[in-house]
Amino acid sequence: MSTMKKNAPSARKRTVNLLVHLLLAVLAFLWVMPIVWIVLTSFRKEPGSYVTTFFPKGYTLNNYIKLFTNRTVLNFPKMFMNTLIIAVICCIISTFFVLSVSYSLSRMRFKFRKPYMNMAMILGLFPGFMSMIAQYYILKAMGLTTGSLIRIALIVVYSAGTGLGFQIAKGYFDTVPRSIDEAAIMDGATQWQVFTKITIPLSKPIVIYTVLTSFIAPWVDFIFAKVICGASADQYTVAIGLWNMLQKEYINQWYTCFAAGAVIISIPIAALFLYMQRYYVEGMSGAVKG
Amino acid sequence: MVSEKNITVGRALTGGDIWTKLSAVIMGAGLFGHGQRIKGILVFLLEISFMFFMAAAGLHNLVMLPSLGTVEAGEVYNEAKGIYEYTQGDNSLLILLYGVVAVFVVLAFILLWILQMKHSYKIQKMQEEGRHVPSFIEDIRSLFDGNLHITLMSLPCLGILVFNIVPLVFMICMAFTTYSKEGSHLILFDWNGLTQFKRVLNMNGNIGRQFWGVLRWTVIWAIFATFLNYILGMILAMVINRKETKGKGFWRFCFILSIAVPQFVSLMVMNTMLQPHGAVNVVLQNLGLISQPIPFWQDATLAKITIIIINLWVGIPYTMLQVTGILQNIPSELYEAARMDGAGPVTIFFKITLPYMLFVTTPYLITSFVGNINNFNVIYLLSTGGPTYVGDTAGQTDLLVTWLYKLTIDQQYYNIGAVIGIMTFVILTIITLVTYRNSGSYKNEEAFM
Repeated sequence: MSTMKKNAPSARKRTVNLLVHLLLAVLAFLWVMPIVWIVLTSFRKEPGSYVTTFFPKGYTLNNYIKLFTNRTVLNFPKMFMNTLIIAVICCIISTFFVLSVSYSLSRMRFKFRKPYMNMAMILGLFPGFMSMIAQYYILKAMGLTTGSLIRIALIVVYSAGTGLGFQIAKGYFDTVPRSIDEAAIMDGATQWQVFTKITIPLSKPIVIYTVLTSFIAPWVDFIFAKVICGASADQYTVAIGLWNMLQKEYINQWYTCFAAGAVIISIPIAALFLYMQRYYVEGMSGAVKG
Repeated sequence: MVSEKNITVGRALTGGDIWTKLSAVIMGAGLFGHGQRIKGILVFLLEISFMFFMAAAGLHNLVMLPSLGTVEAGEVYNEAKGIYEYTQGDNSLLILLYGVVAVFVVLAFILLWILQMKHSYKIQKMQEEGRHVPSFIEDIRSLFDGNLHITLMSLPCLGILVFNIVPLVFMICMAFTTYSKEGSHLILFDWNGLTQFKRVLNMNGNIGRQFWGVLRWTVIWAIFATFLNYILGMILAMVINRKETKGKGFWRFCFILSIAVPQFVSLMVMNTMLQPHGAVNVVLQNLGLISQPIPFWQDATLAKITIIIINLWVGIPYTMLQVTGILQNIPSELYEAARMDGAGPVTIFFKITLPYMLFVTTPYLITSFVGNINNFNVIYLLSTGGPTYVGDTAGQTDLLVTWLYKLTIDQQYYNIGAVIGIMTFVILTIITLVTYRNSGSYKNEEAFM
């Protein structure tokens, strides 16, 4: 009886299995195809955005060379440096903010704690850039909207509000056993020492996660950067540059270079992301629990 | 013992000694007189700088706030020089901004006053009871120990206050003004109460008609985007997780690759691929499947469907990534019991997997619903809200956020834009509160704390 039960459905099971793998293959193809296409386009010989075939007729490296050497119209190397500087400084400030707030909310008990968490939830419900115009005027009143000070303005905009994004890191800290802290405090450690010498080293995944996400943010934002940079082309970040390449006046000359730029930006970000995805998953399940 | 309850401003004013009472006027006097000299001087310096601020700018801005300025910029004939001179008028926007800042400074000052009153009464009591009053060095030390949260949180809070809360209050104020390109109120504008709200909510007006249209599409979009992604992503995760599936890592990698590419890049690529002469139409035409290019972005209904489908491309891998871990936490006894009862895979999914996942991930669902209502990138980069009919400011696929962006940045209808922002907030608050209160994970939240 039992052997029959095992053998009978095996043929059906095999077909189901085959179908499942076939389905996955089709889906994976659909998901990967746009990425393949952009990589192909970045090596395409024919310029322009409209082509008559899916595969390029000829391959070249000129798109990459033009991207890094043609500085007259869209200065990509400069944009790259701008974004890199902004990203590094933002990353330091935001990481400090996020970890500080998360630790305080997770470990310390104070009157302002619940109100702060509620406030963060309420602020999260407003459309993010509803306050963009006002931020622009505040930065203007501070005199940060001209020349190279725009970089400082962008750094401030990207990092000032990061204290609101504590949920994932706090969820992670909540899972670090409190008994370790208590033991350290018994031995005379201060809260500061617990924070820097115990909690942070024990929470490496979430520290890496925070560092990487805050490093990536300036590379992928183009809304704030566009409004704050305005016409100052020499302060543009990579995202605005790529966006501009697809505008009517540039698209025919720059489309393949856009693809090249997209590939160049995507490779490090993709690498960082693939590297940190397991921290992302861990952080998520931690956050859901707490 | 001094209990926190007995320390109130009222008691400090009635029961305080001369130093405590003095600090109602000369702030910090109470601290100074009770042994916390440095702190007392610091508080007093804060009071002085507040006075300077009010005298220099604050008071002026507060006084101007009700009128928002009246002097128009213009030209005045200067008889001595015989030329027309340009005179600087009031700039309502700056008055409003500085006014809001001044209000916040005043509130902060009042808070400081209350705190120092309470504190000086507290240390007065401590002295009377013969207890040790912490010295300045001890206070500093406690900032790295028991009061570490003050040290850690003050900078982030300052950032949030200056770059989130103040701008938000400023924008909310804008909704009650005439600040708009309409009637050229861009430099000098006035308060006008709820007029703009009535305009937006009035279904018969042009703006109102567009608002309800945009709102309807926003809600439809958010529901489709959230739940389709959620369910399909979960099914994908389960299919990959099946015991029999080979090459799990490879399949996961294929899907995760699409998240790893920055969203704005992949969306812009999609946009160009689906243009009338883009790659998709070219391939379909070459294969002879269609004779005319498919108007992905030119037809309103088709554009909506395209956006929802492309969002599946964006969102399914995310869900897959996030639910994989949680799916493996579902107790296997539940599945075994169901299989014993002869339940098929579909029944098991709807009776066990889905309810369990809904229970655990409601907060995540709410976050992603809110994120979709405010999903600027997908819409703006794919269709820029279009197609737009003549005479409308909102396109057929505009969400409230993208419309808000167009109204403020492109059209400069700042007041209507602000109203749209507030409406978005109100809608989101209602949805969030209702679902949150009714969710299992909210009711049992404390169990995990």
